[in-house]
Amino acid sequence: MLWLKRCGFSVVVAAAIYGVGFGLEQLLTDYFLRIILLAGINVILAVGLNLINGTTGQFSIGHAGFMAVGAYATAFIGVALAPLFGDTALGRSLTFNLALVAGALLAGLTGLLVGLPSLRLRGDYLAVVTLGFGEIIRISFNNAQFLGAATGYFGNSPAGLPVYTNFFWVYAWAALIVLIVRNLTFSQTGRSLIAIREDEIAAEAMATPTTRLKVTAFAISAATAGIAGGLFAHMQAGIRPEDFRFEKSIDMIVMIIVGGLGSITGAVLGGIFVAVSLELMRDLQQYRLVLYALLLIAIMLLRPQGLLGNRELTALWSRRRPRPTGESA
Amino acid sequence: MSQLLQQIINGLSLGSIYALIALGYTMVYGILKLINFAHGEVFMVGAYAGYYAAGTLGINALEASGQAFPIHLALLVLLVAMAVSATLGVTIEFLAYRPVRNAPRLTPLITAIGVSLFLQNAGMLLFSPNPRRYPAILREVRFEFGGVIVTNVKLAIFLVALALMAGLHLLVHKTWTGRAMRALSFNIDAAKLMGIDTNRTIRATFAIGSALAAAGGILFGLDQIMINPLMGVLTGLKAFVAAVLGGIGSIPGAVVGGLLIGLAEQLTAGYLSPDYRDAITFVILILILLVKPEGILGVVRPEKV
Repeated sequence: MLWLKRCGFSVVVAAAIYGVGFGLEQLLTDYFLRIILLAGINVILAVGLNLINGTTGQFSIGHAGFMAVGAYATAFIGVALAPLFGDTALGRSLTFNLALVAGALLAGLTGLLVGLPSLRLRGDYLAVVTLGFGEIIRISFNNAQFLGAATGYFGNSPAGLPVYTNFFWVYAWAALIVLIVRNLTFSQTGRSLIAIREDEIAAEAMATPTTRLKVTAFAISAATAGIAGGLFAHMQAGIRPEDFRFEKSIDMIVMIIVGGLGSITGAVLGGIFVAVSLELMRDLQQYRLVLYALLLIAIMLLRPQGLLGNRELTALWSRRRPRPTGESA
Repeated sequence: MSQLLQQIINGLSLGSIYALIALGYTMVYGILKLINFAHGEVFMVGAYAGYYAAGTLGINALEASGQAFPIHLALLVLLVAMAVSATLGVTIEFLAYRPVRNAPRLTPLITAIGVSLFLQNAGMLLFSPNPRRYPAILREVRFEFGGVIVTNVKLAIFLVALALMAGLHLLVHKTWTGRAMRALSFNIDAAKLMGIDTNRTIRATFAIGSALAAAGGILFGLDQIMINPLMGVLTGLKAFVAAVLGGIGSIPGAVVGGLLIGLAEQLTAGYLSPDYRDAITFVILILILLVKPEGILGVVRPEKV
């Protein structure tokens, strides 16, 4: 009766998220709620990026591009679906989640296209290709007239995009994605991904289909960035290509490196850290990236595995679950 | 026909700038197997060093009075910029790359991204994010041959780049430092056992690569008129693609790759649309990774455990 137990667990978690969200929406001002929502979106971004950068050891530095694909696709498809399902609570939820899934699929497909040529090779080509790709995507949206070009996409109505995103949807998706990534990491596939990170030649010698696994992990990672993009799009009235600049990719890299490459709980903490620090440094905008750059260099020189390394926070109180790691990377 | 010739001339002069920058990428990659992401920023700093050096030497007064900048001062500007960038490159190597030289591959890569990001944003704070007009350290003279316009600036870019590459060729093949560099790129451990001072040789590699990037920066300023603190990002990326196209680790490959990228960019801008001039580089990168990842002049080396 494992499935029944799991269903029950999911219902309890969903109800808990709903309850906490309801409570917070009563208690907090919009300002704090926005930070909490951004933190949740960051958690999705960080956990997804960590799958490819941390667990698989292939470095992407253009994930803002996939986030942009997801954001634009979700918003565009959402506008098309909205009349089909009507403006009831159920209809809105259906529209939003179907659009999110479609956005994720499109972002994942883009990831597949970008990953296939660059991940066949060993080495650091993925970093360069994703860097170029992130810029190309942004420039394309900047020139796409049907998506509002540089002014941004605001849907069809004068009020802009409908605000679907709320605490429940952000954290329900975050919980789902953390669960998926966790199960993947601790599965046989996950062990193969870690093997690729530790020693690609040895992994290949053990008959691990390295290219296929790397591309799969990259596509999943791109799809999660797409979900985060969709949630981000419907948090406000519109999205602009400027929202997905190179700095966004750097924010994501800071999230996973602060938390520790390869640690899911570390990525969660890193996501929250960046959301809060961005808010605290609001007045220091022009110094923020200098500080982030110094933080990256300092962590690499002093503690290259990040704060948590590839350990999980949960390992602190539960020793039963074996860690899926070999010697440190 | 004359339009085609014109595009080829422009492409070759742009390409020789890319080639100068690509040499720095390929030399560092050949020895350390590291994509030096900060190289584009070293190029940017070189351009700014030239800007300030020319300003100090009084170019603004000369320009205002309509006089040309003396050629020996122009060469001095070039040398100053090369010295500044070489110092910067060696400092980056010493502070950021040497401590992580033996760490797993990802660590130096992230460090390099961090250094690049730091220099971009430090540049925006120091030099202000606004673009600046580059002083004309060489006053433009136009020659026309049957409808094809050749300026002395384009010619000078091509000749300076050619002279520097010839110098690099001599250095790599005729001096002990060059021989040590080749030994390091062949096998760093064996080179160490043969008594080669690896730190000194790597330092020399960074100094030379960065000096060439600075020369590229000044030529870029002359060619494109405007400079800004983020100019190193896209240009650096294109130069890297040039290095990959030619075969990363191969010095003649970087030159061939740079010229080809410059030509491809100009021809795209001229015959398709200027909007695609930046995109074509990435199309080339994707194609080369799919078809011939070792590049035009690169050699396939078997992966060893």
